[in-house]
Amino acid sequence: MSDLLLPPEKRYAKLIEEKFQEDGTELQILNLGPTHPATHGIFQNIILLDGERVVEGEGTVGYIHRAFEKIAENRPFYQINVLTDRLNYCSSPINNTAWWLTVEKALGIEIPKRVQYLRVIVMELARIADHIICSSVMGVDTGALTGFLYVFQYREKIYEIFEEISGARLTTNMGRIGGFEREWSPKVFQLIEEFLKEFPAIWSEFEGLLTRNRIFMDRTIGVGGISAEDAINFGFTGPNLRAAGVDYDVRVATPYCSYEDFDFEIPVGTSGDCYDRFCVRNAEIWESLKIIRQALDKMPEGPYHADVPDYYLPPKEDVYTNMEALIYHFKIIMGEVPVPVTELYHPVEGGNGELGFYLITDGSRTPYRLHFRRPCFIIYQAYNDIVKGGMLSDAIITLSSLNIIAGELDA
Amino acid sequence: MALDNTTLQKKLIETFGMSVSEFHEQHGMLSFEVATNATHDVLKFLKENAEMNFNFLTDVCGVHYADLPSEKQLAVVYHMHNWIDNVRVRFKTFLDIKNPVVESATDLFRSANWQERETYDFYGIIFKNHPQLKRILNMDEMESFPLRKEFPMEDPGRTDKDDRFFGRTVHNS
Repeated sequence: MSDLLLPPEKRYAKLIEEKFQEDGTELQILNLGPTHPATHGIFQNIILLDGERVVEGEGTVGYIHRAFEKIAENRPFYQINVLTDRLNYCSSPINNTAWWLTVEKALGIEIPKRVQYLRVIVMELARIADHIICSSVMGVDTGALTGFLYVFQYREKIYEIFEEISGARLTTNMGRIGGFEREWSPKVFQLIEEFLKEFPAIWSEFEGLLTRNRIFMDRTIGVGGISAEDAINFGFTGPNLRAAGVDYDVRVATPYCSYEDFDFEIPVGTSGDCYDRFCVRNAEIWESLKIIRQALDKMPEGPYHADVPDYYLPPKEDVYTNMEALIYHFKIIMGEVPVPVTELYHPVEGGNGELGFYLITDGSRTPYRLHFRRPCFIIYQAYNDIVKGGMLSDAIITLSSLNIIAGELDA
Repeated sequence: MALDNTTLQKKLIETFGMSVSEFHEQHGMLSFEVATNATHDVLKFLKENAEMNFNFLTDVCGVHYADLPSEKQLAVVYHMHNWIDNVRVRFKTFLDIKNPVVESATDLFRSANWQERETYDFYGIIFKNHPQLKRILNMDEMESFPLRKEFPMEDPGRTDKDDRFFGRTVHNS
């Protein structure tokens, strides 16, 4: 039996003994997590330390595994949306939209242009919220708490926008098959305008605080680097891959939701270290702001949902007065909607990389199989390789720069 | 010349003959089936052949087709992506549920490591030559494979809930 199959404590006990016999060095085991301030979520890393250097580490994940794939096989399509909320809970609207896009592709529903633009706006807002967390928390982990508190009020403002759209802040459950549940109120657009007006100044100030800060640069440059080749081999996507210098972005490679209508750039780094990841995320925030501005300016006229009575719930007052609407309402709630037999993989650019839904339908009201391709899960397996041989404090900063979200890790 | 699905299919049939079959295109993505013993060769060919360039293993996951005969009840699904010509491809290999063994892709793609562990964890599919094939999301002491269809989602003895009325059964007829 290979040693790797043993629980890490037992495997390490052997290594410690060997090392002690060899030259008298005493290695130590450190539990990083499951609840450690640096993990920002519930997952564990059992690290073998030689003084302050990381000899080896092993990730133990699954502490918040909620069997979403199993639950999804037992729920009608519209009820699965709430599960996707809880994948990357820092940017729920991206997951929600990704799910609706997958279902709509399976059902062959055409989406009005206006809905696509509205979705682009929420997705980019969610991306900004996601990147705000990651970048500012990197500041916290290097000892700069001020910037974090300063920009977090703008994440709050984004959540206020989500609240105005969907009624919820963190786990948004936003949208329906074919569009949104209700028209966006003028308040939403007003809040977005306010955000676009105020946020750039705040974000410039935050960048000014850290980007050319000597202490921050010393802590992050050359730390936790990964080469482009390794990153591709490890299945990296999203900002972590682009920091290594590969310009792969799902929004450009396989455009969805009319992303081809917008003019934006894909920021890339060179060395794939923590500093590059920080810079790529910050640059992406500016690109997202650009996309939102364009979407607002080019916003087409039209309805806020597709005309698909088979799948889209009719207005409640019609249900009480109109026979047709009542039938549709009943059928949709009971999950009795026509579903073709099909199989598809739909990727979107999530906060951390390529978020893909692989859906197999067999014509019944539940998916036959639904698999989430979760970027964090795939990225996190490279972590021990990246931190090996470095300092423990560098391992902490690497962890926060990879932006591992526990919800997405475990599904 | 950019790679398209037709050339891809032709090349695969030329190289692997009978081992690849059931080619079809769904939502623009070419899908096919591979004989279990050829899986590793197909992955290697798609990755390393100069014309193929499928440099990225997007996804590995399992599926349990409970209605098929037992020698092909389990399937491993691979999604690969060629970033140069921007082509995606999906292939499946069917396994016997009594002895589900397939060769691991970890020597070609390190990203396969945890994904294969996850597949093992949920379906009990053994990946030969995998460096660390143990459970990842479930606890090590677990004995069943929870994403197989026969595994009940909730305690079957529960009487306080009747899910039949809300489309919550797997095989609702």
